[in-house]
Amino acid sequence: MPFEILEKEEMASGVWKMVIDAPDVAAAAKAGQFVIVRAYDDSERIPLTIADIDRERGTIMMSVQALGKGTKQITKMEVGESLQDFVGPLGTPADVKKIGSVILVGGGVGIAPIYPQIKAYKDAGNRVITIIGARNKDLLMMEKEFEAASDEHYVTTDDGSKGRHGFVTEVVKDLLDKQNAGEYKGERIGRVVVIGPPILMKVATDMMKDYPDVEIVVSINSMMVDGTGMCGGCRVIVGGEVKFACVDGPEFDGRLVDFDTVMNRLMIYKKDELAASQKYDDDCAGGICSKI
Amino acid sequence: MTLFNKKERTGRVAMPEQPAKVRRHNFDEVALGYTAAEAIAEASRCIQCRVPRCVEGCPVNVNIPKFIKFIAEGNPEGAAEKLFETNMLPAICGRVCPQETQCEELCILGKKGEPIAIGRLERYAADEARAVGNRSCKIGDGTEIEEGVPGAGCISAPTGKTAAVIGAGPAGLTAAADLAKAGHKVTIFESLHLPGGVLTYGIPGFRLPKSIVKAEIDDVLALGVELKTDYVIGRIKTLDEIAREYDAVFLGTGAGLPNFMGIEGENLNGVYSANEFLTRVNLMKAYEADADTMIRKGKNVVVVGGGNVAMDAARSALRLGAENVTIVYRRSDAELPARREEIEHAKHEGIEFCLLANPTRIIGDYGDGTPQGRKFDVKAVECIRMDLSEPDESGRKSPKPVPGSEFMIDADVVIIAIGTAPNPLIYIGATGIEKTKRGTIIVDDDLRSTKENIFAGGDVVTGAATVISAMGAGKKAAAEMDKYLMRK
Ligand SMILES: Cc1cc2nc3c(=O)[nH]c(=O)nc-3n(C[C@H](O)[C@H](O)[C@H](O)COP(=O)(O)OP(=O)(O)OC[C@H]3O[C@@H](n4cnc5c(N)ncnc54)[C@H](O)[C@@H]3O)c2cc1C
Ligand SMILES: Cc1cc2nc3c(=O)[nH]c(=O)nc-3n(C[C@H](O)[C@H](O)[C@H](O)COP(=O)(O)OP(=O)(O)OC[C@H]3O[C@@H](n4cnc5c(N)ncnc54)[C@H](O)[C@@H]3O)c2cc1C
Ligand code: SF4
Ligand code: SF4
Ligand code: FES
Ligand SMILES: [Mg+2]
Repeated sequence: MPFEILEKEEMASGVWKMVIDAPDVAAAAKAGQFVIVRAYDDSERIPLTIADIDRERGTIMMSVQALGKGTKQITKMEVGESLQDFVGPLGTPADVKKIGSVILVGGGVGIAPIYPQIKAYKDAGNRVITIIGARNKDLLMMEKEFEAASDEHYVTTDDGSKGRHGFVTEVVKDLLDKQNAGEYKGERIGRVVVIGPPILMKVATDMMKDYPDVEIVVSINSMMVDGTGMCGGCRVIVGGEVKFACVDGPEFDGRLVDFDTVMNRLMIYKKDELAASQKYDDDCAGGICSKI
Repeated sequence: MTLFNKKERTGRVAMPEQPAKVRRHNFDEVALGYTAAEAIAEASRCIQCRVPRCVEGCPVNVNIPKFIKFIAEGNPEGAAEKLFETNMLPAICGRVCPQETQCEELCILGKKGEPIAIGRLERYAADEARAVGNRSCKIGDGTEIEEGVPGAGCISAPTGKTAAVIGAGPAGLTAAADLAKAGHKVTIFESLHLPGGVLTYGIPGFRLPKSIVKAEIDDVLALGVELKTDYVIGRIKTLDEIAREYDAVFLGTGAGLPNFMGIEGENLNGVYSANEFLTRVNLMKAYEADADTMIRKGKNVVVVGGGNVAMDAARSALRLGAENVTIVYRRSDAELPARREEIEHAKHEGIEFCLLANPTRIIGDYGDGTPQGRKFDVKAVECIRMDLSEPDESGRKSPKPVPGSEFMIDADVVIIAIGTAPNPLIYIGATGIEKTKRGTIIVDDDLRSTKENIFAGGDVVTGAATVISAMGAGKKAAAEMDKYLMRK
């Protein structure tokens, strides 16, 4: 069957690693791109970042946070079952090139999506510093993989249950301050890439005001339908111009992004989504959740 | 066969419809279709012209007098067989072709009275034949499909040549059908999870039921055409790769990129492109009570634009439960580009028309009262009155805003239906294929692009047009591709 689930594992509380058989997508996929998934025939189209690509095996890995009905349907499916739809790779690949040193920041569900960029930036000749963070240790994931793949690696939790007590942005700030003081030993840090909740990317971008000569790249996860530029629902204001995140992005220069509009547009269906999710949980409790 | 006297010949048989008061609350089809008696009566009005002008008006050259004759004789299946020879999507065309400017415009009876209702008869024959499962046709020689099965008798002996069709809209489907009938091995690549293009995601079910779209597409696939959905050319493979892998390529990717106005407030929550609104409704079934895909069902809905797309969006919004739906259009009634029939339907259902007006900005409700608040929902649309000046060089009267005439319309949903352009995704990684400034593909008279084995047709060449013109292009391109493939 196409789009069969080959592996599934809970990587962190409520976040599932899923490996899908999709040779055509794997052959074309690059770091920074995403796929759109539908669990069943009447399911919503759910965008998910490509977290790992295995070209030889013909597989794509995603990390899916079970948040509402759409992602719950996906993460409830078992190994051996097949997704109804799996479209990709979508979006413009990350603009990976030789910079010097690059800081890659993954916050929460942004951890897995930033993973394929380590290899991409290293292959382009960069020194790669990774910082991953979450609210607490149960929400952390892939620490070993990050540790092994990075030149320098840091972990933070908001509650101090693991790694440094605090936010990922504090580590970025320390590193850049060190560089400004001439104390950073590696090649010059020229770019920071942040993937995570919009508020994290906004805060990180605000902080970068103090480091005007370092680039900040963010990944904009706006509400999407088709993922091919056909609906305009994913529009985001970048540098005063309307861009479609699914085609022009998802990665943009953080300094140019209007984050308030991004965050606001993600709220549009909040009430209905919560109701749908609640109803799904209730139905599941009655044992009929898998196909609805 | 009923015989008509001269007087009776002038008027056409009316089409039964759901009453406006009922249909404005459901997504069922508006026009109900002819009964056998009505169809025979209408078909019998056709005088079977020896030189039928009507056929000249049909981009796919349906043999109109022949199929109508079968209906008049009480043989709708025979009529359908005739239709399938040139048109694999007759139930669709019978419903959405702008017949009044195509076949029916040229019907000789239109000179003195009303032209034959060709579209309604086409729909009747196709629906009847589908109901009894007979979808065969009588051309070709190398039949690989059993009698009585869709497509039987349609296919020529295999040629061993391969063709790729990109985009499963009416242009692509028609090209695929004709290429398959000619014996070539055809694969369609479609980026969405369902085929049909605008027929599936754009035109609502109350004008074109999705079950009919599916049935007629299944007929095309039954010709042995392979369909790959979820396959975005430009992303998963480039056009160059496809052109290398297949002997010939047809590009029918349509014009699906929505235009916005670029005015203040356009990114507020509740502002949709018509494409997004209609896709959520049609493709994702957001009109169903517990559909997984969400939509804002507004109370006061403003639709900007005056074409078929605007009518469809407005009438869909009404059916989702809106109390007031207003179409804002910058010219006057006479210039509304939508089909007259659709405009009348919309009016009967209670859609308001605010003509000679244009939005200037969209006003937001800032929740807690500050623009810094996070609840940016649509609250109203500010419009300005327009004046139609003398015609410009193109002969169209150009609308000019009347200074100081701004006014407000309450709105919690705003739908922008001011046109679309070809989607540029297809060009990613493609070489040698030239396009115009508007993004449409440049082709010669044989619909050949600037690249050796790539042909193109439909909205991607013309910009947003019609189903039947896209089908006509698909047909013509398939014929040219067949010649090219057989020479190769
Ligand atoms: C390019 C991109 C990449 C993404 N990558 C990942 C990933 O790797 N892992 C992951 O867990 N999540 C990812 N997301 C977010 C994920 O798509 C949403 O969490 C998911 O769609 C929520 O759907 P739901 O029905 O489960 O939840 P709902 O309860 O319906 O929605 C929860 C919240 O998710 C957001 N959301 C809802 N629908 C969509 C939609 N169609 N598109 C985008 N956001 C939506 C809204 O903010 C909403 O309030 C990504 C989103 C985008 C746009
Ligand atoms: C709401 C609405 C109502 C309309 N009403 C009418 C009407 O009543 N009568 C009428 O005659 N016309 C009507 N039209 C116009 C008509 O539908 C179009 O002119 C016609 O569909 C064009 O056909 P096409 O095959 O060229 O393109 P489309 O129908 O747009 O199909 C193109 C297909 O290509 C796919 N595609 C695009 N890019 C890629 C890619 N990179 N890779 C793979 N696939 C791709 C798309 O997903 C789509 O399925 C209407 C249009 C709209 C939007
Ligand atoms: S396909 Fe359209 S234009 Fe051609 S005869 Fe039928 S209704 Fe008329
Ligand atoms: S022109 Fe009119 S009357 Fe003549 S064959 Fe065509 S449909 Fe019949
Ligand atoms: S998701 Fe539809 S245009 Fe981006
Ligand atoms: Mg959802």
